[in-house]
Amino acid sequence: MTSFMPPADRIWWKVPVGRQEIIWIAIALVWCLILFFMMPYWHIYGKQNLSNEAYQTTPAKFGAKVQAMIDQYKVGEEAGIPIVKPPAGSDVYLLGRLWQWYPILDLEKDKTYRLHLSSMDWQHGFSLQPININIQVVPGYEMVITVTPDQAGEYGIVCNEYCGIGHHTMVGKLYVKE
Amino acid sequence: MNETTNQPDEKKERIPAMQSLLDNPFLLLFIGVAMPTVFYLMWGIMEIVTIPVAP
Amino acid sequence: MAQFRTCPDTGLYFHKSAESLIKANAVVGAVFLLVAGILALLVTLTRWQAIHLLPADQFYMALTAHGIDALIFWIIFFEMAVLYVASSVLLRCRLATPYWGWVQFALMMVGSVMTNVAIFQGGSSVMMTSYVPMQAAPHFYLGLILFAVGALIGCFVFFGTLVVAKDEKTYEGSVPLVTFGAITAAIIAVFTIASGAIILVPTFLWSIGYISHIDAEMYRIIWWGLGHSSQQINVAAHVSIWYLIAGLVFGARPMSEKVSRAAFLLYIFFLQLASAHHILVDPGVSSEWKVFNTSYAMYLAVLASMIHGLTVPGSIEVAQRAKGLTNGMFEWLRKAPWDNPVFSGMFISLITFGFIGGITGVVMGTEQINLIIHNTIYVPAHFHATVVTGTTLAFMAITYFLIPVLFRRQMILPGLAKIQPYLFGGGMSILILFMLGAGTMGVSRRHWDMDFTGAALGFDYPGIAYTMMGIGAFGGVIGVLGGAAFLLVTVGSLLFGKKLEPSAGLLQSFGVPLAASCYSSTKPEILPMAPPLEHHDTTSFEAPGTFVLALLLLVSFVVYYFINWKYLASVWPLS
Ligand code: HEM
Ligand SMILES: [Cu+2]
Ligand SMILES: [Cu+2]
Repeated sequence: MTSFMPPADRIWWKVPVGRQEIIWIAIALVWCLILFFMMPYWHIYGKQNLSNEAYQTTPAKFGAKVQAMIDQYKVGEEAGIPIVKPPAGSDVYLLGRLWQWYPILDLEKDKTYRLHLSSMDWQHGFSLQPININIQVVPGYEMVITVTPDQAGEYGIVCNEYCGIGHHTMVGKLYVKE
Repeated sequence: MNETTNQPDEKKERIPAMQSLLDNPFLLLFIGVAMPTVFYLMWGIMEIVTIPVAP
Repeated sequence: MAQFRTCPDTGLYFHKSAESLIKANAVVGAVFLLVAGILALLVTLTRWQAIHLLPADQFYMALTAHGIDALIFWIIFFEMAVLYVASSVLLRCRLATPYWGWVQFALMMVGSVMTNVAIFQGGSSVMMTSYVPMQAAPHFYLGLILFAVGALIGCFVFFGTLVVAKDEKTYEGSVPLVTFGAITAAIIAVFTIASGAIILVPTFLWSIGYISHIDAEMYRIIWWGLGHSSQQINVAAHVSIWYLIAGLVFGARPMSEKVSRAAFLLYIFFLQLASAHHILVDPGVSSEWKVFNTSYAMYLAVLASMIHGLTVPGSIEVAQRAKGLTNGMFEWLRKAPWDNPVFSGMFISLITFGFIGGITGVVMGTEQINLIIHNTIYVPAHFHATVVTGTTLAFMAITYFLIPVLFRRQMILPGLAKIQPYLFGGGMSILILFMLGAGTMGVSRRHWDMDFTGAALGFDYPGIAYTMMGIGAFGGVIGVLGGAAFLLVTVGSLLFGKKLEPSAGLLQSFGVPLAASCYSSTKPEILPMAPPLEHHDTTSFEAPGTFVLALLLLVSFVVYYFINWKYLASVWPLS
């Protein structure tokens, strides 16, 4: 009847609000504040936060850093892709390109690394499985994440940003060893 | 038509400021476009363009 | 001289030009829903790994077209109709500049066809987001730009009509709440389209070679000003339709004009900031920006949605109780007209939007939690709960009301219409819930092959993820049947329904007004204010049943939210 008619009172702003609505609004507001403060709280006390360290870069520049790391720390090869075992605590580089993650990283459990991510061409999605960590990889930007793998195992890196016809073949690998 | 005398308080009382804001679509349009333009677009783009170049 | 018709059943007034535009936009919208639905079936059956219907290239083409035809073309054509209803029809006012109304329609037609041509020619399988530097054909972007310009014109015809109504004093007091909701939608639309122009025009120029480079991160931020805000148009539009249906079916009045309008005001202020949901795991944007924007400045727009979540069903409860359905907490709800698709569609829309769409949206829009959800199939699952069982179902519900009123045809197949909202809502809910589950297991969105056939290195998803994708897709098939049932009933009624007006012929179904004799050029009577309410007691609980439902929502929300924090706490430490 009246949701599609002009309000019954000319000055509807002054019509008192029912107790039920007031109570609900109060409860909802408190909940919204909790939702909000959980984020800063987690920045201080939580362990899973993205750093906002990032740089503008170019495919050539980033590719050179990846290659330098491979030249120095290559320990093997799998399916034609180098396996690299950089020292604990160091900077490690991973690039996404059509359609592979390159190279394969071999990390030590409970050690902290600075993981640099960038793309050589289109956008890609770094999706570390089965642990399920998902990060957008954008060409022209080098993102640095400080990561401490705390479970040993063999992980897949699925590309979860659509990157053309070979998207589903873009799978990388990452080892975490004791 | 001088029926206003029947409902003197109703018609004479000034419309509260919040109600006049809500009755003014163009003011709302301005606010509704300005808010996300400033906080989302402009602030966001500023962050992007100030990213340092990789060493 | 503007010509008006009064609907003999509802008493609504229709301005001839507005009426034609409403019909034309709604019908074309439905055509895009049909196309999108066929594509949905193909996409769903491909993601059902045991069937894996389409080859990769066709899958990505179909997915691009499905997203664009459903989310953009179906929804926005229908929203143009909603804007004209909320202004011209609800305010009993002539439409400002019908000529520009037709320009809106023509541009949107040309644009939507052009983009579809580009997609089906094959060179533009870039998904609706068309992230640079992946490039589509120039007419892919051009079509979207023309479409957006059309939609912008539609918004200004809407605003113009508000001005005309005020000048010509077609109503007393303030605009109705439903119209206010539509104003909210139109305001959000203006920002949405502006963002679209800022990014798509340069992208178009880039595709034809005038610009050499578009920054990929800049594109993402501005594109999502378009992509996410357009979902907020939908929210404002379908919340308005919930209020409208509550009024139409139950004679419900808003529990408080002040509260409901203030909630819409919070939408106007804050809702659009949530475009940041898509940028939470992107490089180089500060946490301050992410936290402020993703939380709509302290979740004030979530507060608004929680308010509507109480006041929409609450207004129904109050109206039902006034009719004597006062037994217990829920007699008002049990004895609601569950076999009327206008009501059942609206109520399923309300429940699925709130309980599934709303809760998952806030959870994955939390800065850190997004890390375990970004770009998984969880994301499409979430937005099918918002734009499919939420917006689309609400639009379907109001269509059942509009067909006899607007087209003067009786509905055919009432039995099918009765079950349609359950079929569609139920099937889609299965799809949604199981894709949410699969997403939690890390299954990727926009992905042709969970088996990674042909990849040099492999990865195996757990078997349960395959099961979930299979059950979800099965639900999707039921959902598609529900969508087909909707189109069968509505389009069938336009073509074969019993004529309520002798002149309601075939052409009248597609945007042509009824016979001239239906119309007269006398101005409609002024739209009066709603009849006053005998003063209600503000200290009592008018709608206790709704309050219980609201608390149930809150509890589910709290529990699910903290479960996700717990899950996040189990992944590798990152900083
Ligand atoms: C009729 C039943 C529907 C079914 C069974 C269905 C199913 C699906 C599936 C399985 C996906 C693919 C997920 C992926 O691989 O990433 C998808 C994507 C999508 N759907 Fe639907 N859908 C339906 C209706 C709709 C409607 C009505 C809308 C909009 C109002 C819609 C909007 C979208 C969008 C925007 C995407 C994402 C496209 C992209 O990733 O670019 N769908 N749908
Ligand atoms: Cu990729
Ligand atoms: Cu990919």
